[in-house]
Amino acid sequence: MKEIMLGNEGVARGVYEAGVRVASAYPGTPSTEITETIAKYDEIYSEWAPNEKVAMEVAIGAAIAGARSFTAMKHVGLNVSADPLFTASYTGINGGMVVAVADDPGMHSSQNEQDSRHYARAAKVPMLEPSDSQEAKDFTVLAYELSEKFDVPVMIRLHTRVSHSRSLVEICDRKEAPLKEYTKDCGKYVMMPGMARMRHVVVEERQKALQEYAESSELNVVEMNDTKIGIICSGICYQYAKEALPNASFLKLGMIYPLPPKKIAEFAKSVNELYIIEELDPFIETFVQSLGIKAIGKERFSVLGEYSAEKIAEAILGKKTETADISLKEELPGRPPVMCPGCPHRGLFYVLKKLRLTVSGDIGCYTLGALPPLDSMDACVCMGASIGMALGMEKARGKDFARKLVAVIGDSTFIHSGITGLIDVVYNKGTSTVIILDNSITGMTGHQHNPSTGFTIKNEPTKQVDLVQLCKAIGVDRVKVVDPFDIAEMEKTIKEELAAEEPSVIISQRPCALLKSVRYTGKVVVDQDVCTGCKMCMRIGCPAIGCKDGKITIDHTQCNGCGLCLKVCKFNAMKKVGE
Amino acid sequence: MAVTSIMIVGVGGQGTLLASKILGSVAVTQGYDVKMSEVHGMAQRGGSVVTYVRYGDKVHSPIISPGEADIVLAFEELEAMRWASFCKKGGTLIVNTQRIDPMPVVTGAKKYPSETVEQLSKSEDIRLIPVDALSLAKEAGTVKAVNVVLIGVLAKSSGIDKDVWIQAVKDNVPERFRDMNIKAFELGYNA
Repeated sequence: MKEIMLGNEGVARGVYEAGVRVASAYPGTPSTEITETIAKYDEIYSEWAPNEKVAMEVAIGAAIAGARSFTAMKHVGLNVSADPLFTASYTGINGGMVVAVADDPGMHSSQNEQDSRHYARAAKVPMLEPSDSQEAKDFTVLAYELSEKFDVPVMIRLHTRVSHSRSLVEICDRKEAPLKEYTKDCGKYVMMPGMARMRHVVVEERQKALQEYAESSELNVVEMNDTKIGIICSGICYQYAKEALPNASFLKLGMIYPLPPKKIAEFAKSVNELYIIEELDPFIETFVQSLGIKAIGKERFSVLGEYSAEKIAEAILGKKTETADISLKEELPGRPPVMCPGCPHRGLFYVLKKLRLTVSGDIGCYTLGALPPLDSMDACVCMGASIGMALGMEKARGKDFARKLVAVIGDSTFIHSGITGLIDVVYNKGTSTVIILDNSITGMTGHQHNPSTGFTIKNEPTKQVDLVQLCKAIGVDRVKVVDPFDIAEMEKTIKEELAAEEPSVIISQRPCALLKSVRYTGKVVVDQDVCTGCKMCMRIGCPAIGCKDGKITIDHTQCNGCGLCLKVCKFNAMKKVGE
Repeated sequence: MAVTSIMIVGVGGQGTLLASKILGSVAVTQGYDVKMSEVHGMAQRGGSVVTYVRYGDKVHSPIISPGEADIVLAFEELEAMRWASFCKKGGTLIVNTQRIDPMPVVTGAKKYPSETVEQLSKSEDIRLIPVDALSLAKEAGTVKAVNVVLIGVLAKSSGIDKDVWIQAVKDNVPERFRDMNIKAFELGYNA
């Protein structure tokens, strides 16, 4: 039976069919739906871990204990979990282990455009790269066989256009993989220098065996056609290139690490002109060049962003697609993403803007607070960075600077990697004010539970991390909980906490407006006789509030009646109706 | 069959993903190879969103390049203008005549284009179908049904049997909203 599914769902189906027993992950676009889908299979234990490193460690533990295990993450999540991965390459596994990592060329929802393939080479673990949902499933199943055959975690590299594309997948039954026997083996699993030196020898031997496998593997397919143009590619680039140049010859690499030198040399010999088509870094190209083979790659293709069939046809054939002639009179305004109507973060950022604070930001929906009209973020680097960076700013510029400086971080991001930053603040006598935006969910990735929500991935009730008690336990004496829609109270609290020359935490607490449990009622209307058109309400950056001919208008298809705008209107021109 | 390429464009939160899901399942029931590409994550938060749907005997790329779309289904006027040039010569542009100001317009930094539909209608390369889906959705019972109204409009241009579409709508919406969505579909189909 064939079903249409996302590439991510394909991976999840592969995990299911391969008899996996344990899966752990932290959400991250574009990888999130893999684990969300796995959670629907009762045969697999699944969980949201606090961060990718813990998830990787859970998967390693499960694999050593004899189960087939799985973890998934976005590209930057692999940075977080790289530490255990690099050494799991040395220990090897017992039950098969697969790591899915989803890159984001074009940065649809990411802070950088890093290329995960470098990790496979650096950690010396094999990496497979599917080009559609069917391959996403098939390669995942095969990855477990390889993992157990070569005693190594295997990586599956995805990217946005595979993860978030839907295509047809042939469904098969689950094949149970019984627990393998567990025996204590210090030499293999305890990586102290003496044992690790021995294991490194094993890793290098395995590298040779993997390269031999790559030469003969069914994953690397030669499609001979017209020999004038030969293309080496993998993943989604294969689909683009196949569409652009259906008559060319292809070496499609399903295994991206290690690469097969003999196969590549043979293919290169059989074509007149050799192209290497790969998004992001010249990973294949560098390897091919190291073999002394001439090929055209990045001299004609960008290292930036995504490719398409059209871009490839243009670069190789010089062919441009004719488009419909649409002449527009004016330049179109962009449409950057905005906080949703009713978003609890809006109230907080309105206050931050009003107080003109320096804001050390973090990763989540609230990063949108950096954009006009809220304009209230000075820096945002990676998950959890806001607190450590705020401390660094204070140590660089002194305590007076810290009187106008806050770190903002979401509940899930705080649990992910903000806690250690806060410990640093306390331990090293920082005086920063940290604002935890507790919206009762992991928001940006589409509503996943986390340790502070009190529910598991399967919506089962569990222990809930008490953020107030946690902050107090690590030594923050000043912890306040404030509703961000109580603007006056929020402003007062932030001023007080900034004035205090000691660490303080404000928990800005109100649930995400998109949660089913949140029910705002009614709509806001503007009394046009009272409205002076001062535009104060527009400073909160609500997409439902507009201005036509000097008068404020409310778009009732967007307004959810949250009522925040009522609190900033000094003339009481806004009213709620229909409650 | 040669590949048919359809783009669904709009503003995050308008329900473009459901529309593409319905279209995708229609194409699957017709026995075609189907590929669709979506955007999740940050762009969904009120940003410009685009979904690509392609079907035919064999589909390789899940995305559509400028000049390749047989149909662009736009949920909003500014987004129609932004993506219009993705239409092939002779392609169809369905526009919901609804305006949602993007934040640069709300803040006064930029102006919303004037005479949107008039400008688009001047192009001789495309067939323009403007439709007031918001009013039709209200008539069906909820402004949230804009997406299903537009699916109705698309269905009319698709050359695929109406019953297949109605079944796909039924399969993809919650049961308690089924009747309302069928009404929305019919209003769009007959618009």
